[in-house]
Amino acid sequence: MTGAQAIEFSIFLVLFLFVTVLGFCAARWRVKGKLHTLDEWALAGRGFGSWVSWFLVGGDLYSAYTFIAVPALVFGAGALGFYALAYGVVAFPIAFLPVLRLWSVSRTHGYVTPADFVRGRYGSSFLALLIAVTGIVATMPYIALQLAGLESVLRVMGLNDSGILGDLPLFVAFIILAIFTYTSGLRAPALIAFVKDLLIYIVILAAIVYLPLHFGGWGSIFGHASTVLSKKSPVTGKPSGSILLTHGNQLQYATLALGSSAALFLYPHSVTAALSVKNRTVMKRTVAAMPAYSLLLGLIMLLGYVAIAAGVKPLINHATGKADTNTVIPLLFSHSLPAWFDGFAFAAIGIAALVPAAIMSIAAANLWSRNIYKAYLHRSASPEQQTRQAKFASLVVKLGALIFVVAIDPLFSIDLQLIGGVLILQTLPAVAIALYTRWLHAWGLIAGWFAGMAWGVYELYTLPAANGSGHFGGSALALKAVDLFGWHSFGGSTVQIYVGVLALIVNLVVAVVITVIARLVHAPEGVDETRAGSYHADAEKDGVKSAPLAQAPAQ
Amino acid sequence: MPASSQQESSESGAIQEGVQRSVSSPWNLLLIVPLLMLITPWFNHVSPRIGGVPFFYWSQLAFVPVSVLAMSIVIIVTRGKSDSVKGQS
Repeated sequence: MTGAQAIEFSIFLVLFLFVTVLGFCAARWRVKGKLHTLDEWALAGRGFGSWVSWFLVGGDLYSAYTFIAVPALVFGAGALGFYALAYGVVAFPIAFLPVLRLWSVSRTHGYVTPADFVRGRYGSSFLALLIAVTGIVATMPYIALQLAGLESVLRVMGLNDSGILGDLPLFVAFIILAIFTYTSGLRAPALIAFVKDLLIYIVILAAIVYLPLHFGGWGSIFGHASTVLSKKSPVTGKPSGSILLTHGNQLQYATLALGSSAALFLYPHSVTAALSVKNRTVMKRTVAAMPAYSLLLGLIMLLGYVAIAAGVKPLINHATGKADTNTVIPLLFSHSLPAWFDGFAFAAIGIAALVPAAIMSIAAANLWSRNIYKAYLHRSASPEQQTRQAKFASLVVKLGALIFVVAIDPLFSIDLQLIGGVLILQTLPAVAIALYTRWLHAWGLIAGWFAGMAWGVYELYTLPAANGSGHFGGSALALKAVDLFGWHSFGGSTVQIYVGVLALIVNLVVAVVITVIARLVHAPEGVDETRAGSYHADAEKDGVKSAPLAQAPAQ
Repeated sequence: MPASSQQESSESGAIQEGVQRSVSSPWNLLLIVPLLMLITPWFNHVSPRIGGVPFFYWSQLAFVPVSVLAMSIVIIVTRGKSDSVKGQS
């Protein structure tokens, strides 16, 4: 570890410890009773107002993905990486109306998870089980992404050993994360999101203003980036990227943005955040304000180009022996800004990984304890037992994420999140479409889920990593490779598309076909406990707190 | 159980059930405007530049306020009547 790295690391450590202590203290913030009932722990008593909501939902959304993974994609592939900006802009108009319906129906009937809603809407516990399992599994690669981001920061600061010791910093950071979410639930991330966002804004504004000027202005930076990206890669013989979209990746850009937008509010942690909002008005304002985060996001992405202009080369990860593109932004800071500032920046990025990872694992744990443990394993579980289960499951989910980091090694770690997206998109028919209509039959939804899931996972499996070998290397499929029972419908097209969108289409087609068949054979319909009015319900506007729910809905 | 959850919410008085109206506001169509940014052939150009930044990048960034504005207009125009009566879809 060099002198500069030592300074960076000390400041990083101090800030990190400060935030951890804050996390433990959060347990005392605004809590009336003990944190034993699941709702208290998972939804912080359902009483967050506008500002807290905005920070919480934002703190959840913008994370190590934002600051590490997307710029790394821009660094490596160019304009395609900007899909994440389009995603941050279009996700909210798309989600605006459906999320209101989900909020209303969930508050009316006491739903806490997407699986609760599905069970209430369709009366099918098997379908709800599938939704719960999907939510848990799809969250793991997303958490894995956060861990990979945190790891890259630690490596740049000098903790880049090989072997077992090499992975130690990662485990330590994770233990901190695990401990404070274990004791405080959702309140810990909310308080820390404030601290994180403050740090992030300071760091990013400084970086965005200073760095482009330092490297010759945007004209020069884009020129340099264009030259570097258009050099042919020795592995594929093609340019590694370009500053404009190519013929092949325009559809990919649009489908990545659309697919990620559709997936966003299907994730259990998004539903958790949305349900913690006080009323419909606050929800609308929060959603409307969300794209503002993307302005910053876009500018951060452009730092990927600044890194090219700065001549940054990704650090070799000594534990795996491979170059880690996640290190480009930390390295950019390290090379061009003073060490004390870097310490701040790395702490901010580290916390940016910690907060959403915590929130995601809480939400996934919720799915386990309510929709699997209580529904199938222990029907008479008390709220305290459920909470204990959720706490345990949250640790298991984090462990699963850790395994993902180690086992799946895509070219860009952003693909970890996109792989999760392929999985969670299969719940769209049962959750999002169901908010509007019950036309799709439960059997159709189940069949569609299996079809979309199987096809999506199979296609992901076939995608090789950058060196041309291995599996689960990415998330974009060239249309020429689309193969329906041997029928190659798109000829030699090199146009690429996001696997998630294709898998969803397969899902919907199968769902419709099976629905028609189910209706023809008069298959049982299941009970819909929701009513039309439930989807428009609102909380009292003059500050009366909604009654905390002590019971899970009868399973 | 549907009966008891309905009882719970009316006892606490916290959640007002919405009256269902089937007409949703045409203003909601504004929410489609931000999606125009995905029609990439319209935006995939280098010039005109602003401050050295190619058209593609600054035009995509310009959609951020478009998106916020679209949603804000929808909120303002459909406010004044309670959510439960307006028939937000």
